[in-house]
Amino acid sequence: MATYAECLTIVREVLGEYLEPGQTAGENDALVADLGLSSLQMLELVVEIEDQLDISLPLNQLPDVRTVHEFAQMLESVAGGAQP
Amino acid sequence: MSLLEKFAPLNKMRTDLLEYGSLPFGVVTERIISPTIGIVHGRETILAGSNNYLGLTFEPSCIEAAKAALDAEGTGTTGSRMANGTYSTHHALEQELAAFFDRQHALVFTTGFLATMGMVSTLAGRDDVLLIDADSHASIYDGCRLGGAEIIRFRHNDPADLEKRLRRLGERSANTLVVAEGLYSMLGDQPPLEAIVDIKDRYGACLLLDEAHSMGVFGAHGRGLAEALDLEDRVEFVVGTFSKSLGSVGGFCVSNLPELDLIRMAARSYIFTASPAPSVVASTREALKLIATRPELRERLWRNANQLYSGLQESGFQVGPQPSPVVAVFVDQAELAIEWWHQLLDNGIYVNLVIPPATPSTSCLLRCSMSAAHTTEQVNKIVSSFADLRSENRVAGSAV
Repeated sequence: MATYAECLTIVREVLGEYLEPGQTAGENDALVADLGLSSLQMLELVVEIEDQLDISLPLNQLPDVRTVHEFAQMLESVAGGAQP
Repeated sequence: MSLLEKFAPLNKMRTDLLEYGSLPFGVVTERIISPTIGIVHGRETILAGSNNYLGLTFEPSCIEAAKAALDAEGTGTTGSRMANGTYSTHHALEQELAAFFDRQHALVFTTGFLATMGMVSTLAGRDDVLLIDADSHASIYDGCRLGGAEIIRFRHNDPADLEKRLRRLGERSANTLVVAEGLYSMLGDQPPLEAIVDIKDRYGACLLLDEAHSMGVFGAHGRGLAEALDLEDRVEFVVGTFSKSLGSVGGFCVSNLPELDLIRMAARSYIFTASPAPSVVASTREALKLIATRPELRERLWRNANQLYSGLQESGFQVGPQPSPVVAVFVDQAELAIEWWHQLLDNGIYVNLVIPPATPSTSCLLRCSMSAAHTTEQVNKIVSSFADLRSENRVAGSAV
């Protein structure tokens, strides 16, 4: 079972691949508005995190995810029983 | 005016596009002359982005059938299939579709979009799972939104990713509808259908295959990719459209499962819209006969498709992953894609301009679709017009 803190760490780690050098992702940063992720990058981000946690994220829930915090929260809710 | 503020980005995009001249979206064909020629901006233009794969829109027997239906049955049904909008001819078309696809049941919808959206949204309910290819058409995505099922995407044309996601579902895989397309409309690529079918069978899921762009294109009888790969018995639902190879408008679903007939009483897009006009039904029935009896149309289509694909490749363009009646040219920069689109139109060639996020990557596409009705000379002109674009010695694009 992945905890919120573990999910947050994974989100930040994977996000790092998409950010400018020196840029870091804050917990309350918005993925699109603050960090500048495109829709295609969002899709890649989701797929990479799904593979790390061996889960599938329902598309229905993704529109509710705006910030790094909300993404980690959603991961925590879905990743029941999954090992990070 | 806060209600309308959301349209500001669209307005800006339209304004930016208009700086290049006319708007590339919603081009007006001032006069349509044939399946491959129209008058656009006062100029005779080769239509190379019309999805008119078999070129049947001006087929005399289809036109005659439509005219006769107008005289006999009037201009429209004014009602839903569920109410007064089912005529004997709608019923006959369903029987003929079932026979054509060698299936027991067929359902006719008013458009292909409504057929796909209606089937996807109705088949998978609240406790079910929709497992869709990431590059699915908008009608599939919209069907997903309407239905209330859990929606999961698998990587485009990636059976290993599909399997991984079915495995993660555990017992829920038996309540899963996998959705794929017979020919993807943006890049013209085909799915690894045999692998997809093997995997969904192993996990007890059902498959809905959208043959909108592959009907009339693949298979000895033109039934689509499932026929070409001898997989029809293992594909539970096939949806498609009348608005491409059949040259009219409308949509359908065929299946051997008797539950398809119950969809008539459950699919909102079937129930709450007027049924196809009798003239449309008549020309579709005629075109369906031609698909089955004139394989030379498919041969001509593929000859043209291969000629265009290899011609553009030899001219140095990055094209889609495999030859197909849809030939997409990648252009990395949006400004260049728009400029080239206008140059092609000025040179009498109409293709589709596709800009992200409607494309599967960050590149823009100049999307061509071939027809059996294109002549060799027309295909040569399309290729040479593209080649002329590169004479300015600018970088084209690459698949991303």
